[in-house]
Amino acid sequence: MTAVPAVLLFPLVLAAFLCLYRIGRGPSAPDRAVGIDILGTLIVAFTALLGLYTGQSWYLTIALAWGLLSFIGAIALAKYLEGRAYDE
Amino acid sequence: MNDLIGMILIGAGVTFDVLGCLGLVRLPDVYNRLQAATKCVTLGTCLILVGVAVAGWGNSGLVIKSLLCAVFILLTSPVGAHALARGAYRSGVSLHASSVVDDYGSSAALTHHRVPSRSSL
Repeated sequence: MTAVPAVLLFPLVLAAFLCLYRIGRGPSAPDRAVGIDILGTLIVAFTALLGLYTGQSWYLTIALAWGLLSFIGAIALAKYLEGRAYDE
Repeated sequence: MNDLIGMILIGAGVTFDVLGCLGLVRLPDVYNRLQAATKCVTLGTCLILVGVAVAGWGNSGLVIKSLLCAVFILLTSPVGAHALARGAYRSGVSLHASSVVDDYGSSAALTHHRVPSRSSL
């Protein structure tokens, strides 16, 4: 519907590769957890741009669900790093 | 006009995202990386979502869902980052050697909990 330059998607792919570098390389477990958290937020942005590019609003539904799951995953990873049970 | 404003917002958001991920790669320890990446990527993603809402004005599903998603990201991303930083500190990751102050470690916040030693990683 609108003329989104698809060139805006490429810097996001570059940023995602920077996150993947940190996930693969990161010297400690929290480094990798941070990379995963940031990658989830980047995927939300990427999916929203795809929704604008195609004009289909269900891409934003995927973005909402992905943001929710990314948040729950970050909390679970933080609990795991702290060494406590999930219901504590 | 909507397209122009939306493109400006989306361009600014993409710039923030890339710079935040550059910080994720370049900075020296977990806490620096976490703060640079979280702040920049949260703002960048919210700008992109608001830009999508502005540029897609007229497609009501797109607008409502992207604004909802922006509010949601703005609320949850700092909470998740705070929990991750706490988990990283409690799991024994030390600060970078050039750090000058460690208020959390010297406060009484840690006395009620077990602090695992560095060797338990």
